[in-house]
Amino acid sequence: MGEIWEGLSAGFWLVVTLDADLVEITLRSLQVTLSAVVIASVIGLPFGAFLAIRRFRHRRATIAVLNALMGLPPVVVGLVVYLLLSRSGPFGVLGLLFTPTAMIIAQVIIITPLIASIAHQAIRDIWAEYHDLLISLSTSKRQRIKTLLWDGRRALITASLAGFGRGIGEVGAIMIVGGNIDNATRVLTTAIALETGKGDFALALGLGFVLIALAIAVNLAIHTIGRTESEGKW
Amino acid sequence: MIRIFAVIFTVLGSAAWAESLKLAVTTSFHNSGLSDILLPAIKEDTDIDVQLLVVGTGQALRLGEAGDVDAILVHSRAAEEAFVAAGYGTRRREIMYNDFVMIGPADDPARIGEAGTAADALALIAQAQATFVSRGDDSGTHKKELSLWDASGATRGGDWYRPVGAGMGAALNTAAGMDAYILADRASWLNFGNKAGLDLLFAGDPALFNQYAYIPVNPGRHAHVKADLAIALEDWLTSDRAKELIDNYMINGETLFTFNATNPS
Repeated sequence: MGEIWEGLSAGFWLVVTLDADLVEITLRSLQVTLSAVVIASVIGLPFGAFLAIRRFRHRRATIAVLNALMGLPPVVVGLVVYLLLSRSGPFGVLGLLFTPTAMIIAQVIIITPLIASIAHQAIRDIWAEYHDLLISLSTSKRQRIKTLLWDGRRALITASLAGFGRGIGEVGAIMIVGGNIDNATRVLTTAIALETGKGDFALALGLGFVLIALAIAVNLAIHTIGRTESEGKW
Repeated sequence: MIRIFAVIFTVLGSAAWAESLKLAVTTSFHNSGLSDILLPAIKEDTDIDVQLLVVGTGQALRLGEAGDVDAILVHSRAAEEAFVAAGYGTRRREIMYNDFVMIGPADDPARIGEAGTAADALALIAQAQATFVSRGDDSGTHKKELSLWDASGATRGGDWYRPVGAGMGAALNTAAGMDAYILADRASWLNFGNKAGLDLLFAGDPALFNQYAYIPVNPGRHAHVKADLAIALEDWLTSDRAKELIDNYMINGETLFTFNATNPS
């Protein structure tokens, strides 16, 4: 119990004194995960909408696979990305291993299925409601997807935030492809793993509380922005 | 909002591109805290940003073989010599040494404190079937432990022998939690923050000698490795400045490493 209080106070002091290392790894955590969320949303949201309104062979199978991929084990993703980006792997010439870019790639793979899957569920419900209207207006497929994405934006923000939540707390994949290099690829979660390894539980826990606070702050910020830009109710 | 992030990304993106060299090091070297002393000095003297990848010796050698790092600093002589012989590294340069120590519960139920050699100590643990945590991760420390077990002639593998497949610090945490015996390097032990009921019980056997060596990755195999930076770093690591920093690095008044760089072997 004493260690939890020590952790709380360690976290408090790290934040209050704006510890330079803490600021750096926190910004890097944000950089990696927000980039991954943006890319994964650009891929996953329209894909989820597409799955909801388009009828094609193997649609059920695709959705089932997509849902299953929500539970993709990060360590396995990390290992596969590692092998692909290694100098002796197929994309080795790019020299991306142990860079933030590699970490973003791994996280995009991990969170895209999650975002697409939640988006699909949300859009499917709206589509059931809008189906007759959009068909009677003889809209194109493109217009339908745009309308559904816009009118379902709050549910889609939830999808993206779920992706953010999975990414920001993830350690298995980014440890492998990032290497936890000080001043280059160290982020909050890998720093926590490192401090735990050193037996410095107070600092590890302090970083953990910073991570939780960060996740809450980002969620609040997104929700605030979401509310201010909406013109009344949909 | 977007503008703020754009600024942050630009700053983060541009800051990282000094001359950097990727060095795979063992967890025991990093957990000792010595790297926190050496890296700023290296940066100051040679303007090289050394990026440390902290892994076990086994994985460090794999990273070197694949060309994912520019040089490695590890401690497992047989594996290092095989690495150089296979042409993955240009040469093996000994830098410094410390020693392994046997850690265990302070009341020492297996009485290893009275053992004559490290192998005898392990035999006593096996005899008492006292819980023993093994690194089990193909690291230099793990390889040392296995060679000591072979020398002891004791059989292991019962319920009391627990390979955890983790780094030095994580394995020490496990040992602290289980009140178990464990083989650790002295530096990691002294720098470890969660000693709980554990204590240093046995040390001093010449078999526990732990030599660290530096190996630049062979640019003949991987054209992209920064061979000139790797040589500059080797020169620094074998310099008088490095000797002074390494020999004077202490925790609680105890010297951890002894500099012993020699000519390339």
